[in-house]
Parts: sequence; C-alpha cells; structure tokens
Amino acid sequence: MSSLAPDVPANGLPIWDELPPGGVSEDAGSTSRRTMGFWRGGGQRPLIDLNLCVQCLHCWVSCPDACFILEDGQVTCINYDHCKGCGICANECPPMVNAIVLVEERRFG
Amino acid sequence: MTKTQKSKDNLIQNPKSKIQNRKVVILSGNNAVANALRQVDPHVYPGYPITPSTKIMETVAEFIANGKMQCEMVAVESEHSAMSAAVGAAAGGARVASATAANGLAFMWEVLYIASGSHLPIVLAIGNRALSAPINGFADHGESMGSRDAGWIQFYSESVQEAYDNIIQAFRIGEDSRVRLPVMVCLDGFLLTHTSENITMQGDDEVTDFVGPYHAEFSLLDPDKPVSHGLSDPPSYYMEHKMRQQAGMEKAREVIEEVGAEYGKRFGRPYGLVDPYCMDDAETAIIILGSEAGRVKGVVDKMREAGKKVGALRLRTVRPFPDEQIVRQLLGLKAVAIMDRSYAPGAVGAPMFQEVRSALYDYRDSAPPIVNRIYGLGGRELRNADVRNIFAELDALADGDATVPVIQMVGLRGEPAPTWEEMRPLETPIAVAAKRGK
Ligand code: SF4
Ligand code: SF4
Repeated sequence: MSSLAPDVPANGLPIWDELPPGGVSEDAGSTSRRTMGFWRGGGQRPLIDLNLCVQCLHCWVSCPDACFILEDGQVTCINYDHCKGCGICANECPPMVNAIVLVEERRFG
Repeated sequence: MTKTQKSKDNLIQNPKSKIQNRKVVILSGNNAVANALRQVDPHVYPGYPITPSTKIMETVAEFIANGKMQCEMVAVESEHSAMSAAVGAAAGGARVASATAANGLAFMWEVLYIASGSHLPIVLAIGNRALSAPINGFADHGESMGSRDAGWIQFYSESVQEAYDNIIQAFRIGEDSRVRLPVMVCLDGFLLTHTSENITMQGDDEVTDFVGPYHAEFSLLDPDKPVSHGLSDPPSYYMEHKMRQQAGMEKAREVIEEVGAEYGKRFGRPYGLVDPYCMDDAETAIIILGSEAGRVKGVVDKMREAGKKVGALRLRTVRPFPDEQIVRQLLGLKAVAIMDRSYAPGAVGAPMFQEVRSALYDYRDSAPPIVNRIYGLGGRELRNADVRNIFAELDALADGDATVPVIQMVGLRGEPAPTWEEMRPLETPIAVAAKRGK
C-alpha cells in the first residue's frame, strides 16, 4: 500500500527536488524587488544634509543595504524602501562633517 | 588471500597504477592526514589548533610555507570562526578542509549545521577526544557522536592507513553531485593521531588524478552565474530543503561504495560502509568502530585458533548509518555485543547500541539478543581480557542466560560494574523493555 498521507497542494511553489540545494537562490538580488523599509518599525530614520556632505562616500560603502543612491559619483539621497535604520551610515560619516542624523520614526507620523 | 597479496595482484593487473610513485612511509595519523591534504591541496584551510589534532594544522602550515601546497591558510581566533570561514570559502566555490577535536568541534556546532544545510562539501578531520568536564585529552567518540545528526557524513578510521585513505575519498564523496555534503573523517586521539604506522602513500599525481578538479555548482564568486547563499527560508520552503539534504545522505550510501571500490581498484585498498571480519560462519560477534576494532580482530583471530566461531563487524560510517549491511551480517547470529566508545546520559544505552537495535526491530523474530558494552571513555585502556570476557558473556547469552547484563561499562574499577538496569530505582516500562522483553 502506498502512503495515505493527503497531497499537499504545491500552489505554484517548487517541489523539493526542483529546488537548488541548500537554500541557494539563482535569482540573486531578488530583494531589490521588495520593499523592506518597514523593518525600521518604530526605530530611527537617517536624514542626510547634502549642504554639509563632503562626498567622501563612507556612508555609501558601509551601508549594508546599499541604500545610498549615487549620481555621477555623488551621494544624492537615501533609499528608504530598503533602509533598516541600523545607523551605521551616521556613525561612519566623519565626525567633523556629521552630515547624517538619526531621527525617530514617530516624528514622521 | 591476505590484504597485501590482494593489493599486489591488483597493481600487476592494473597497468595504470604508477607503482614507482607510491612509497611505504612511517607516519603518525596527524602526519598522514596532513600529507593527504597536501596531495589533494584544497584551496582554503581555515583552522584553529586543538590537541590531539594540532599537528595537522601545523604540518599543513609547514607545507604551505615550504611551497609544497598552494592552499590559503586562514588563521582565525576560534573554531567557531574556523568553520564560519570554511562555510564562506566553500560558498565562494573553494575546496575547503580543516581539522579539530573535542571542545573545538563543540564550539563549531552551530556552523556545522550551516555547512550541511547549505550543501557545502567541506572535509573536516576529527582527532577524537573526550569532551570536558572533567578535562581529558584522550580518545573518546563523544564529540563526533554528539554531532552525528548535524548532517555530515561521518567516517571512523581503524588505522593510520585508513585515515589517510578516508581523507582522499572524502573529497570525492562529499563533492559528488548526487551528495554534495560535508564529510568528517574521525581518527582516535593519540591512538591514531600520535601513533606512527607503516603506511602506503600514493603518488601525488595519483591522488590528484583520483580526486579530480573541483567545480562548485553555485559559487558566490562566479559573475556569470550570480547566486545568493544563506537566505532566510520561510516555513513554505524549509521542509523541502531538509528533504533535499536527506536525499544527498541516502545517495551517499552508493557513492561511498562506488568510490571505495574504485579506490581499491586503483590503489589496492578497497573500502565499503562496513568491514566484516570472520563473519561468514560466526555465531557471536562484536560490533565496534574506530581503532580498537584492531584489538577485537586480534582477539577473534586467537579465539578462532581455539575453534571458537566468533566474528567482528566494524562500522566505517555512522552517517549514513549502514543499517542494511548490519542487519545482513547479524541475522542468524546467536548473540551480539555493540561496543560504544561514547555514552548518552539518561538514554537506553549508547548511540550505536540504540541505532543497531532499532535497525533490527523489523527483524525482531530472527534477530539475535544484543547487549551494549561501553568502553574506553576518556582514553581508558581496553584490554584483550575485556574483549574475551564479552565473548564469554555472549556465549552465555546464546545459551539463554537471562542474567547477562544488557548495558554495562567495561574497564570500570571495582568489578563488576553496576548495569544500567540495576541503577534504575523503579521497574519502569522502559526498564522492562531494556531487559529484552523478559
Ligand atoms: S541606517 Fe543603515 S540601512 Fe539605513 S541608510 Fe544608514 S546604513 Fe543604510
Ligand atoms: S559619509 Fe557623510 S560626508 Fe561622506 S558621503 Fe556620506 S553623508 Fe557625505
């Protein structure tokens, strides 16, 4: 007698032997298609003052979520759809410049 | 035909064997493992030294410094970091090896599961040693037995020669596209790691040719085929990935046999999942793994000379667990003892006893009575007299003597050691089951 366990509908998801092993994704960078900014939750949002910025690119290189948008090699804005509010950029911005401040999310309503 | 005769014949029949390259050398287990690694020359060796396998890392470092290996050694600050670096390098497409022991393996624990769950075929040598506390540096299978469910293939070597051979085969087995899982090669601390033995070392080119080049299917460093590793797996995927892991482990059974047979054909030393010794007409037998299998085989030889029909069955792999091969060897026997060099506090017997007994359940009408003898913890010496005594107990068991203890330590001072059953305060249902359903 074969198994009596009822089928679990695949609902369009791959079955086990169709998946690449080990949780590898061949669709690298798929997170760019999702908005994950809500992870900031009630945390902090970095604000950048381009009048103070000296374009050292420390923030761009150290943001773990690649949120700093460059145009012609210059930082122009922060992508809040992916920013998690970790504050690394504010910490890495040179102390003499301090162009990035962290502001509590609730102040944006 | 003896093993040596067999291997000579094989070489004569096989013109491809480059006999001029192989040589007999005197090497300790650690040195033999390091030499196997030199011949395979993996891309990366992240390591952190720990007794008794420190010498593996030291020797690999020496080979690298002397230009005998191209391998990149990553000296890290802990075993947790060593295995993490191994995972990173392997995800980057590198062939990776390392070595550790005891508390070092325990410190790698979390990352062991990441290596196996990510299907990264890392090769890890273990110089089996007792876990603290109390602190002890000597042979004991406790640490690797504890990690037997971490998703790694596990080999237990009987000799320095086998440790060398297992390392070379481990790369082929782990990297096989049907398997793609990490592999542990265990060798008993001091008994093998620090004991010198005459071994046959194959030529460097023979080993390179046997192992072949490594092509990672999913490399983080391949810009032509970008992939992500280490993603979060929601409940809708996790079980599918675990099933995939299981499939690799099941396939490993045939891959281990194939690679072991090919190794035998090329180099004259064939290997399988189990190593039966005088089992064909045996009436009683001992199951054991690791270096003390040699002692049991020696006692079997002596008892055979005296006309006793005894045998030994050595388990070469614990993961995948060779249940079919064990059952095939045990059915028809009159009594069997499982010797464990580890124990599981509060469990009904030590790990191998639990698993062998479970494998026999489907054949319970024809299965022999089995007992568990726990020996050699923390390097405690096993004596020939202990082995002969176990065979005598098996004779009594075969004659229906119900007083033979089921689970007991051997080599404990103040004989006879209390049995597990005697130490139970109450006659619980499990205690009854432990007495073989009497
Ligand atoms: S707070 Fe963190 S995630 Fe957001 S922009 Fe700064 S570095 Fe990036
Ligand atoms: S770290 Fe500060 S100064 Fe440097 S580019 Fe970023 S915002 Fe500008």
